[in-house]
Amino acid sequence: MSTATHAGSAAPARSGPGLAATMAVFEYHLVGYRRTWRGTVLGSFLLPLLTMLGFGVGVGAYVDGGVAGVPYLDYVVPGLVASTALQVAAGESSWPVLGNFAWHKIYFAQAAAPLRVGDVLGGHLLFVLFRVALSAAAFLLVATVFGAVHSVWALAALPVVVLLGCAVAAPTFAWSSTITSDSYLALLFRFAVLPMSLFAGVFFPVESMPVGLRWVAYATPLWHGVDLCRAATLGVAPQWSAAGHLAYLGLWAGGGWWLAHVRFRKRLVF
Amino acid sequence: MVALILPRLVSFEGSARRSTSVAERNAAALRSAYWLVMISGFAEPVVYLLSIGVGVGALVGDLTLPSGAVVGYAAFVAPAMLASAAMSGALSETTFNFFGKMKYMRLYEGMLATPVRPFEIALGELAWAMVRGSLYSAAFLVVMVVLDLTPVGRALLAFPAAVLAGFAFGALGMGLTTFARSWQDFDLMGSIQFTLFLFSGTFVPAESYHPALRWLVEVTPLYRAVHLIRGISIGTEQTLGLLIDVGYLLLVTAVGLVIAGRRMTTLLCK
Repeated sequence: MSTATHAGSAAPARSGPGLAATMAVFEYHLVGYRRTWRGTVLGSFLLPLLTMLGFGVGVGAYVDGGVAGVPYLDYVVPGLVASTALQVAAGESSWPVLGNFAWHKIYFAQAAAPLRVGDVLGGHLLFVLFRVALSAAAFLLVATVFGAVHSVWALAALPVVVLLGCAVAAPTFAWSSTITSDSYLALLFRFAVLPMSLFAGVFFPVESMPVGLRWVAYATPLWHGVDLCRAATLGVAPQWSAAGHLAYLGLWAGGGWWLAHVRFRKRLVF
Repeated sequence: MVALILPRLVSFEGSARRSTSVAERNAAALRSAYWLVMISGFAEPVVYLLSIGVGVGALVGDLTLPSGAVVGYAAFVAPAMLASAAMSGALSETTFNFFGKMKYMRLYEGMLATPVRPFEIALGELAWAMVRGSLYSAAFLVVMVVLDLTPVGRALLAFPAAVLAGFAFGALGMGLTTFARSWQDFDLMGSIQFTLFLFSGTFVPAESYHPALRWLVEVTPLYRAVHLIRGISIGTEQTLGLLIDVGYLLLVTAVGLVIAGRRMTTLLCK
C-alpha cells in the first residue's frame, strides 16, 4: 500500500497509516463475503421476515386495539429491526472471531503483515457493522412495503442500528477472543442474546414486567436500540432522551472496543 | 463400572444391550463443558413461554378456540413450547452432534469394529437423544404445573406424548442428517426448524391461517405434536384426532430410523 513519490514533488496528502491498513483488512473480509453472502440471506433476512409475519401479522390479529396506539405489527417491526442487528452482530462476532484465532488462524497471519492490532480488530469490526447495516436496510425496506413505517425519521434508524451493532459486537469480540471452546459461544447466545431479544421490549412493552426485571432490561443495549428505532419508525419521541440512549450505546461500544483491543493484543503480540 | 452394569440391566445379550452401550457412551462423554450446554437447553422454551406466553399474553388476553374453550394465552402457548422443547432437545442431539460424531470424530467406524451394527448405533443414539429430550420435557412440565397452566393429571399424561414427539423428531433428524454433506447444510436445517416453530399453530391457532396454507401446516410433524400435546393439556373431545397424531408420530419414528440405519450402512460399511 505504498504511494510512489517522485523526487521534487510534495508527498500527496493522505490519511494516517492506520486508516488505510484498516480498510485493507475490511477489504479482505468483503472479498470473502462475496463468496459466502448467499448463505447469510436465510439467517439475517428471511428468518426476521418470517418472525415479522408470524408475530406481527399472525399474533397481531389477536391483539385488540394495538399496543401504544399503533397496530401490533407496527409496534413489533422496529423491535425486530434492532433485534436483527443484535443477531447479526453477535453471530458475526462470535464463531468467526473464535475461528480466526483457533481454527483458521487468520488473525495471526494478518498480524504478521505490517498491521497493528487495532487494524486487524477494526477491519473485522467494520465488516460486522457493514453486515448489520445491510441486513437492517433490507428489513426496513420490506417493512416499508408492508406499511409498518410511519415516518421519514425511519432513515435515522440505520445509524442507530449500526451503533447498536457496535455496542453488541465489540464486547462479543472481547468474549470470543478470550474463550477456548465454542461451547461458551452457545452459552452466550442462550443466556445473553436470546433473553435479551425476548425481554427487551421487542414483543411487548418492558413496563409490563416487574420493576426488578425492568431495570435489567434497561441495562441491556438492545432496549436502547429498540426504543430509538421505535421512535424513528413511528415518528414519536423516544421514552428516554435520545442523547441518553446514544451515550449509553456509545459506552458499550467504547468499553467493548477497549476490552477487545486488550484481549487481541494479548493474543497477537508476543 | 456403569458401562459394565447398565447395558446388562437392559438385556444380557443381543441388540438391546449393544444399543444401550452406544447410548451409555454419551453419558460418559458428559464430563466436559458439554453438560452445561445440555442443562441450559432447558432454558430456551421456558424463556419463550415467559416472554411470549406471559408478556405478549397480557396484550392478547384470552383466546377462544374453535372447540369453544376459552383459554389464557399462556395456557395456549405452553403446550406448543413443550412440543418444541421436545423437538429441539432431540434434534440438537441427532443432527449436529450426530454429524460431528459420524464425519469428523469417526466414532462410528470404531464402533463398527465391534459386534455393533449400524441400526443399533442409530437406535442407541436415538435413545440418548430421548433421554435428553425427556429431561427437557419433564422439567418444562414442572414449570407448566407451577405456573398453573395445566392440571397435574394432564401434565402426567402429556409427558409420554412429549417423549413420543421427541422420538419422532430425533429419528427424523437423524435420517435427514445422514444426507448432509457439510456443516453449511445445517443452516438450512436450523431455518426449517425455526420456520416450523413459528408456524405450527404454536402462537396462533392453525384455524387463523389461509385454508391452502393450513393444509400444508397440518401435515408437518411439529403441528401434529403440538396438536396432540395441546389436546391433552387443555382438553379436547376429539380423541380420534389425537390417535391420528400418535399414529403419525410413530410412523415418522419408524421411517426415520429405517432411513438412518440404511444410510449409515451405505456410508460406513464400504
